[in-house]
Amino acid sequence: MIQTESYKLSMGPVHPSTHGVLQVWLTLDGERILRADPCMGYLHRGIEKLLEKRTYFQCLPYTDRLDYVSAMNNNLGYCSAVEKLAQIEVPKRAQYIRVIMAELNRIASHMIFIGSLAVDLGATTGMIYPFRDRERILDIFNELCGARMTYSYIRIGGVKSDLAVKVISMIDDFLAKLTDMIDEYNDLLTGNEIFQYRLKNTSILTAKQAMELGITGPMLRASGVSYDLRKDNTYCSYEDFDFSIPLGEKGDNWDRYIVRLKEMSESAKIIKQALAGLPTGEFMAKVPKVLKPPKGEVYDVTEGPRGEVGYHIVSDGSAKPYRVHIRRPSFINLQALDIMCRGYLVGDVVAAMSTIDPIMGEVDC
Amino acid sequence: MQGGLLVILTDKLFYGINYLSGNEFISQLIMVIVQIMAIFAVISLAAIIQVYMERRICGFIQDRLGPNRVGPWGLLQTVADMIKLMGKEDIIPVKAQRILWGITPMLLFIPAALIYAVFPFDDGAVFVDLNVGIFFVMAVMSQSVLMFLLGGFASENKYSFMGAMRAVAQMLSSEIPMAFAVLAVVMVSGSLKMTDIVAAQSNMWFIAVEPLAFIIFTISILMEINRTPFDLVEGESEIIAGPFTEYSGMRWALFFLAEYANLLSAAILTVTLFLGGWHGPVLPGILWFLIKVFLVIFLFMWIRWTYPRTRIDQMMALSWKVLLPLALFNIAATGIGIYIYNWM
Repeated sequence: MIQTESYKLSMGPVHPSTHGVLQVWLTLDGERILRADPCMGYLHRGIEKLLEKRTYFQCLPYTDRLDYVSAMNNNLGYCSAVEKLAQIEVPKRAQYIRVIMAELNRIASHMIFIGSLAVDLGATTGMIYPFRDRERILDIFNELCGARMTYSYIRIGGVKSDLAVKVISMIDDFLAKLTDMIDEYNDLLTGNEIFQYRLKNTSILTAKQAMELGITGPMLRASGVSYDLRKDNTYCSYEDFDFSIPLGEKGDNWDRYIVRLKEMSESAKIIKQALAGLPTGEFMAKVPKVLKPPKGEVYDVTEGPRGEVGYHIVSDGSAKPYRVHIRRPSFINLQALDIMCRGYLVGDVVAAMSTIDPIMGEVDC
Repeated sequence: MQGGLLVILTDKLFYGINYLSGNEFISQLIMVIVQIMAIFAVISLAAIIQVYMERRICGFIQDRLGPNRVGPWGLLQTVADMIKLMGKEDIIPVKAQRILWGITPMLLFIPAALIYAVFPFDDGAVFVDLNVGIFFVMAVMSQSVLMFLLGGFASENKYSFMGAMRAVAQMLSSEIPMAFAVLAVVMVSGSLKMTDIVAAQSNMWFIAVEPLAFIIFTISILMEINRTPFDLVEGESEIIAGPFTEYSGMRWALFFLAEYANLLSAAILTVTLFLGGWHGPVLPGILWFLIKVFLVIFLFMWIRWTYPRTRIDQMMALSWKVLLPLALFNIAATGIGIYIYNWM
């Protein structure tokens, strides 16, 4: 008698398209997915625990290593939490510089997303182009603070150094070319029928499911929920800028791609406005050499490229945080993988994983 | 005896050997060996050239340099890679079925090489001019699926097995539209013989007569040789090279060689069936043939470095729901066309 049975397949932790060391246990019926269990922890470094043994200033470089693709946004999240805890007023100029850097890093991060999505779908050239263009942003950061990935540029109370004229001209140069870059991605990927067929109507995540799972960021917005902390819970002078929030309709892979693609142009808009209206003044507030925030706790959220970056810091009045909990958007977004994969094919798993866009440094923390 | 450059050269060689040996049977035997060796040389040399081509073209498309350090313009890069592959440790998975697993790469090479026997490279330059040439090509080409299945099955690896299953599904769905597309060409030329098909294109290439068949054939030959956008069998971002997952070193190199031999034969087949084979003005036939073949290979590479991969169900839907009805329609249209042409 002929019968079929399901089998288990371990995808990862060593697999070309699991974005690092993620392991996914797939239960398969032929090529159809019955169940997908993400298994994390291969990159666990105990950052939350390590932070307890460091002073508030020493903690900063660790936040770079969480989401290493958008380190600026992590720096920003941590610094604004500490500033809230220690009641430090950040100068306006520093806030604007922070916005510029965070948005530049958001563009860089979305370029990584487009590139990795393309290569997971088999379009190698689609990977090279965004990565090539991301180099320009990295060059800007390199000129700005000397680092290409782990910046530690945004400091408690402001930023490390003022914007140099050369950096401003580099940013202007980049923004002028960004439209051409996005057009190129549109030509190569967005308009490509195979690309569309692969992404449309696959891995649908409805707004209800997304909200129940606590999904945030572009993934949630792709499901049609307008929730962006830059608008809904403004921080860092985001209320000064005029930008819109791209929304998806269905919550399929295609929407997640398009939302991120559109966010890049929106970020460029913000940077342009911030550069045009850059206030003069200090770039750093007066922060004591030994920072001892008052006893208490704080939870502060910012909008990272992957969603809500939250820092919950408990202070016991000493120079070191008593406890730091980090809400990592990739970790929480990755929960949706099972829902997004069930009933689809093996080829869709990699697409779903790409559109979640997890960074394993952040997932495992 | 009339013929192209290759035939004249072969005749000269034959007379030379005959003069030396003095025995016609021995010299003919030597000639056969020389011809077989020539085909193997073509395959291996073509693989080296194509790997280099692929890298440079890929580099060009992706806005980077490509290999340019080993030898002049990086020409020796492939040779260096071959040496590296030969020096690699031969890793045999513990659970693999050793004999089946071991012979698969060698077996895969047989259909890939056998197919070259019937290709007309130049006027009269064909190793065996079978009267069922194109039928033979189709039959031999479909044999390679067996090796994919065998390799994937013997590896005892789930990814490999999935790749093997995909290979079978893919070949089955690509063969049929391809056969029907070729049938239209055969109807127009009135022969299954490869040389006759080429000869029928002396005035007009079949791409002009059968444009629809050309498109169907090109798409299904891409499926047949597992090139992007239909490289589902390999699917390195999903199933990690599929049947080849467990192979390394020289064994893997044989897979690689067979893959490029298949790419070349696909290009030759396209040129022979639709682009007039060795026909062309001024230049000798063999040169025209090479120019066309490499242009088709360039087209295939261009496609590979531009498109993403399809999904298995999409690929099968394309071939059964789109290509096959189109191919059948094309046959009907060709039949009516031939009838009207004869009536006029």
